[in-house]
Amino acid sequence: MATVTFFVVAVLAVASALGLILKRNPIHGALFLVINLACVAVLYLSLGAEFLAAAQVIVYAGAIMVLFVFAIMVLIPGKEETGPDPRRAVRLLALPVGALLFVQLAMIVRPRDARVPPPPAGGSAESLGTLLFTDYLFPFELTSVLLLAAMVGVLVLARRRPS
Amino acid sequence: MEHLALDALAAFILLNAVIGMVTYVTLLERKFAARMQSRIGPYRVGPHGLLQPIADALKLMMKEDIVPRAADRWVYNLAPIVFLIPCVLIFATIPFAPRLGLADLNIGVLFFLAVSSLEIVGLFMGGWGSNNKYALLSAMRAVNQIISYDLPFVFAALIPVVLAGSLQMSAIVAAQQGLWFVAYPVIGQLGFVAFLVATLAAENRVPFDILEAESELVAGFRVEYSGMKFAIIQLGEYAHMIASSFLGALLFLGGWLGPGSDIPAIGVLWFLLKAMLVFLVVTWVRWSFVRIRVDQILAVSWKLLLPATLGLLLVTAFWVALRGGAGA
Amino acid sequence: MIPAPPVNLAALAPTLVLLATAVLVLLLDLFPPRNDKTHLAVVSLAGVIGALLTALTRWGRDQRGFRDMVVLDNYALFIDVVICYAVALVILLSIDYLRREGVQTGEYYALVLFSASGMMLMASANDLVVVFLALELMSLCLYVLAGLFKQRLDAGEASLKYFLLGAFASSFLLYGIALTYGATGSTSFERIVAAASGPDRSVLFLVGLALMLVGFGFKISAAPFHMWAPDVYQGAPTSVTTLIATGSKAAGFAALMRLLLGALRGAQPDWGPLMWGLAVVTMTLGNVVAIAQSNLKRMLAYSSIAHVGYMMVGLVAGGTSGAGAILYYLFAYTFTVAGTFGVLTLCARAGEEAVEVEEYAGLGRRHPLLAGMLTLFLLSLIGIPPLAGFVGKFYLFGAAVQHGYLWLAVIAVLNSAIAAYYYLRVVVFMYMREPEAAGAQWTPSFAGGVALAVAAAGIVILGVMPAPFADLAQSAVATLVR
Repeated sequence: MATVTFFVVAVLAVASALGLILKRNPIHGALFLVINLACVAVLYLSLGAEFLAAAQVIVYAGAIMVLFVFAIMVLIPGKEETGPDPRRAVRLLALPVGALLFVQLAMIVRPRDARVPPPPAGGSAESLGTLLFTDYLFPFELTSVLLLAAMVGVLVLARRRPS
Repeated sequence: MEHLALDALAAFILLNAVIGMVTYVTLLERKFAARMQSRIGPYRVGPHGLLQPIADALKLMMKEDIVPRAADRWVYNLAPIVFLIPCVLIFATIPFAPRLGLADLNIGVLFFLAVSSLEIVGLFMGGWGSNNKYALLSAMRAVNQIISYDLPFVFAALIPVVLAGSLQMSAIVAAQQGLWFVAYPVIGQLGFVAFLVATLAAENRVPFDILEAESELVAGFRVEYSGMKFAIIQLGEYAHMIASSFLGALLFLGGWLGPGSDIPAIGVLWFLLKAMLVFLVVTWVRWSFVRIRVDQILAVSWKLLLPATLGLLLVTAFWVALRGGAGA
Repeated sequence: MIPAPPVNLAALAPTLVLLATAVLVLLLDLFPPRNDKTHLAVVSLAGVIGALLTALTRWGRDQRGFRDMVVLDNYALFIDVVICYAVALVILLSIDYLRREGVQTGEYYALVLFSASGMMLMASANDLVVVFLALELMSLCLYVLAGLFKQRLDAGEASLKYFLLGAFASSFLLYGIALTYGATGSTSFERIVAAASGPDRSVLFLVGLALMLVGFGFKISAAPFHMWAPDVYQGAPTSVTTLIATGSKAAGFAALMRLLLGALRGAQPDWGPLMWGLAVVTMTLGNVVAIAQSNLKRMLAYSSIAHVGYMMVGLVAGGTSGAGAILYYLFAYTFTVAGTFGVLTLCARAGEEAVEVEEYAGLGRRHPLLAGMLTLFLLSLIGIPPLAGFVGKFYLFGAAVQHGYLWLAVIAVLNSAIAAYYYLRVVVFMYMREPEAAGAQWTPSFAGGVALAVAAAGIVILGVMPAPFADLAQSAVATLVR
C-alpha cells in the first residue's frame, strides 16, 4: 500500500515538475507548482512527518498566491514579449551540461549508503518543538533577527518619502 | 485490505453527511434571513418548504453548462473541483464525539488550517480561467484578503491550542472539561470574537465580501459559472462555512461537552447545536452589516486584528506558563 | 516542559553588541531630529567601536556555545576586528555622503549594523545551518541597502539583480548543505570533519561540496559567479559598495575558510584542483576586463574580483601560512578598498557622484591631498612596496610557492603586472590630464577625512611593520588548520 502510494505520488510530482518548467504560461506553471508542492507534502506525510507536511502546505499555499499575483502583475500572461533569444548559442551547451548533471544524479541514486540517522522521535509537533528550543535554539533565535532585519528592509524600500 | 474498505466506507458516509448538511443549511439560512426581514421564506415546496433545497439542487443540475469561448479551458473546468476538495477534506479531522470522526490527527488544528488555506487556489483558478475582468478582479481581491486574514485566523485558533497544550482536536475538547475556553476571563471572549471575525473574512462573508460585491463585480469569481459547476462552488463555500463553525465549536465552545454527553448520541447533538449556533451568528452578521471597502478590510486586519490576536496569544502563553503548564 | 538548554552568551559577545546597537538605533530613530541623522551615525559608530573593543578583550579566550554551533576563537575574533574596521569606515564615509545625496534615514545605520552582525556570525559559525542563516542576515540587508536611492534607475537595477542572483546562489548553497547533510549525517563542522576525512567520499558528498562552492563563489564574487558584481557596485550607493567590497567579502572568506580548511580539510584533494582553476580564472578575468572600464566603480568591481582570485591562491596553498596570509590580506584589503571607495564617495560634480575616469582629470592640481590619498590607495592595490597591498601579496604568493604551487604563483604575479596598467591610468589622469569640463570636486567632510586618514594610516602601518600582524594572523588560524 505504502509503496503504491509512493509511486503514484512520485510520478505525479515529477510530472507536475516537468509541467512547471515546460509550460510557457506562468499561471499554468504556478498551478503545476501547487500540485508538485502538494505531492511533496503527501510524501512527508507518508514518512510520518505530519507537522512538516502541514507546514509545507501552509507556507507554500501562501507563497503560491503571491506568485500568482506577481505573475499577473509583472508578466501579464499571454502577452509575453518573446523575441529571438539573444544568446542562442549558449543553448547548445544545455544538452551536454544536462547530460552531465543527469549522470551525476544517477551516480547519487545508485549507492544506497545514505548515512542520515532516522529521526529520533518521529515528526510530531512536540519532538520538532523540543529540537527547535534545545539543540537548534541558536538558529531559531537567529531567524527572528533575520526576519526583523528583513522587515526593516522592506519598510525602507516600500515607504513613500514626502519630498 | 478490510481496514482500507472500512475507512473508505466511513469517508463515503461522512461525505454524504456533509452534502446533506450543506443542502439543509442553505434552507436554515434562508429561513433565518427571512425572519430577520419579517418574511416567511421558502414555504411552498414540501411542508414548511422542507423540500426546497432538493428542488434547488435538481434545478441547478439540469441547467445548461456554459463555458466561455475565451476561457482557459482546463483551469476553468478544474477550478470548481479544486475548490471543493479542501472544503470537504477539512471534515476529515473533525471529531463529532469521542472517537467518532474520520481521523483524530495529533496535528488536527494545523491540518485544518493547512487544508483550508488551499481553498484559495481553486478560487483563483476560477477567477483566472473565466477570462473575465470581474472574475479576475475578484480573484485578486480574494488573494489580498486571504493573505491578510490568514495570520489573525491562525493566531486566534492557536489560543485554545496553547491553553490545551495540544494540536489534537479531541485533546482540546478534553481540556475544556472543567470550563469552556470561551468562558476563560478576557482571553476566551476576545479570542472567540477575533476568531469569528477572522472566520468571516476567510469565508468572504459580509462585511468582508468585496470579492463578490454584486454591485461592482456582478458575482465575483463565479460570474461565468452555471449549472453543476456553479452548484459545486456553492457546495464548497457552504461546506467551508460549516467546517469553520465546527472548528469554532470545538476550539471555544467545548465541542460535544454538555449535560449527558457521556452518551455519544447526545454528545453529537450538543456538538451540532453549538456549531449551528456559531453558523447562525455568522448569518446574523451577514444580514445586518454593510460591506466595507478594500482599504478598510486591510486596515482592520493589519492594524487591529493582527496585533490584537498576537497580543492575546502572548498573554495566553504567559498565563499558561504562570499556571505551570497547559491542559485542564 | 522542555528543560532550558545551556546558553553561553559570551560566545556571541561582539555580535550582541552590534545587534543591541542596531535595535537602539531603530528606537532612537523615532525621536527628533527628523531631517538629520548624524546622531544615529555617532551611536552606530560607538556600537562598532564597542564591538571592536569587546573582540579585542576576548583575544586568546576561546568560547563555544549553543552545542558548538557558534565558536568565538582567535580566528573569528580576527575577522570580527576586520569587519569592525570596515563598518566603522563605512559609517564615517556615509554621514556626509548621505546628506549630500539627500537620503538620510535611520534605518540605513540599523541595516548596516544588522548586516555587520551577520558577517560576524559567518566568521563564528561552526554549523552549516548557522552559516546559511548568518549569510542571509548579511545579504538581505545588503540587497536593501543597494537599492537605497530609490529614485535612481541603476539603483533599482543593482538591488533587483543582487537580490535575484543572490537568492539563486543561496538556493545553490542550501542544496549543497542538504546534500552534505545527506552524505555526512550532520551539519556540524566537527562531525563533518570525520566524515570528510575517510578514504572514499561518496558522489553525494562531492556534489554537495560543489554546490556549496557555487554559493560561496557568488558571495565572494569569484568567476564565473561574478556577473552581478559590476552592476551592483556601480548602482549601489558608494558607501554601500564599500561595505559589499570589504565586509561581505571578508565574511564570505571567513566562512569558506572555516569550511574548506577546517571541516573539509580531509577532502582537500577534491576541492584543491577546483579552487586552483577558479583562482586562475577569477584573477585573470577580473584584471583583463577591468582594463576596458571607464567607470571607476565598475573598474574597482573587476579589480575586486581579481583580488578575490589572489586570496583564493592562499586557499589553495592552505596550511597556517596560506590561511594566515588570507587573513592578513583581508585586513590590508579592507583599508585599501575602503580608502579608494572613500575618495569616490567624497568626490562629486555638480551634485552628482563623480564616477568616470575623465572627471578625475586634474584632481592632482585641484585637491592635491585627496589625489595623493587616492594615489596611495591605488599603489597599495597594485602592490607597490612598502604598502600593505605589497606585503599581503608577498605572503599569499609566498605561501603558494612554499606549498609547491609554483605555477599558480607565477600566474598571480603576471596578473599583478596587468593590474598595474589600469590603476596607474587613473593616476595619470589625475596628474597629467586637464579636465575638459568641470571636474570632480571634494565635498568637505570631517568624518570622511577621518575615515581616509585611518585607512591611509592602516595601509602604511600594515605595510611598514607587517610582522606583528602577520604573526597574529598565523596564530589565529592555528586552531582552525591544526
